[in-house]
Amino acid sequence: MSQARETVIEFRGVSFRAANAHLLLSDLSLNVRRGETLVLLGRSGSGKTTTLKLINRMLEPSMGTVQVEGRTTLDWDPIRLRRSIGYVIQEAGLFPHFTVERNVGLVPQLGGWAPAKIHARVREMLGLVGLPPEHFLSRYPHELSGGQRQRVGVARALAGDPPLLLMDEPFGALDPLTRVEIQREFLALQIRLRKTIVFVTHDMREALRLGTRIALLEAGRLVGVFTPDEFLHAADPIVAAYVAAFRTGDGDSNM
Amino acid sequence: MDTLHFFIKNQGQILQLTLEHLWLVGISMLLAVAIGLPLGILLTRRRALSKAVIGGANIVQTIPSLALFGFLLPAPWLGERADRLAITALTLYALLPVIRNTYTGILGVDASVREAARGMGMTDLQVLLQVELPLAMGVILAGVRVATVITVGVATIAAAIGAGGLGEFIFRGVAMVDNRVILAGAIPAALLALLMDLLLGLLEHKLTYAQ
Repeated sequence: MSQARETVIEFRGVSFRAANAHLLLSDLSLNVRRGETLVLLGRSGSGKTTTLKLINRMLEPSMGTVQVEGRTTLDWDPIRLRRSIGYVIQEAGLFPHFTVERNVGLVPQLGGWAPAKIHARVREMLGLVGLPPEHFLSRYPHELSGGQRQRVGVARALAGDPPLLLMDEPFGALDPLTRVEIQREFLALQIRLRKTIVFVTHDMREALRLGTRIALLEAGRLVGVFTPDEFLHAADPIVAAYVAAFRTGDGDSNM
Repeated sequence: MDTLHFFIKNQGQILQLTLEHLWLVGISMLLAVAIGLPLGILLTRRRALSKAVIGGANIVQTIPSLALFGFLLPAPWLGERADRLAITALTLYALLPVIRNTYTGILGVDASVREAARGMGMTDLQVLLQVELPLAMGVILAGVRVATVITVGVATIAAAIGAGGLGEFIFRGVAMVDNRVILAGAIPAALLALLMDLLLGLLEHKLTYAQ
């Protein structure tokens, strides 16, 4: 890992307190480097999704700063910031009343692209995620399988060609076989596209498979940042507990 | 046979009162949607207000229609003309289903869909117009449909304050103890309610996205 690689996202002493005064994230400092897939791993309520939403200013830090491309998120116009970041969430994030074509073309359309250009881009994106455009363009989300929906979700996030992708348990609702399949495609795609990705999951197997580095969160605190190899051999008791659970075969279940 | 004969003999007046009725209902519904839809949307943005506003509309709904017409009679500008008064009362009646269904329809939109829309960089207005309203349209139109059918019924009472409509026949028939005259008001009113229900049902079906 070359430490010299450019930082795209930087958390500096970030805390986030919810409206009900509950502290969801405390004193997080973390860097995301260009071109890497940083996995945020942790159980439900550990602060993974909160961390993700602080990046595209769906949430604003109560303390500390989050910088994206060298500017704090508060200095960004939230609409422009979000349009420059791809966003994939679990399952139902597709618009049920839009066809696949309109779903995938949404960000380009919001960006005011010419219709012909949007159309070409949508076809290209669908091809990229392995869905033949002629079969899928005019379908609605409810006519697709879970795996197909998730592929459309990825295509939609990539359509605006954002340098940065946020993915919140994107493959969480898929059956194990489809999940492994789509993870493999994800890796192949990432080799081609070299996006900077922040990926939230509670599934350690997925974290090890997809992550360049893994940031482990527990109860709103960062336990540490590890490469997959370091993770498997870390001395930290919390990490060790994950690895032990993984080795006994429970690593794929909801930890 | 006798009733049918009466209908044919008075078809001109039946038609005229039906059109009057339709006019009262149509204007009231336009106003109710013009007020209720934005108000319902506003309540989804200011949830704290929803209890008070929907509660208020609920109370209006519980006032017997004849009493509501009576209450409004002394109002300065409204009391001057019977149709003005009738339209105000009918609008108040129609408001509740429109507000309530707009509110619950929009709140019923899947949170993850709204989340994705915001996360992809839609402005609040774009989220409302492109995501929330289209997805809530079925529920909103169901409210408009209920309100319209109620209004067709309540509008018959408007004749009591001289605002016209098919209630004219009904009140006249009651006074004359003549069922034919009552039916000349009641049957067209019922048919009107059914027709409106059917048309709005078709519209609802057409505008609701395929499930």
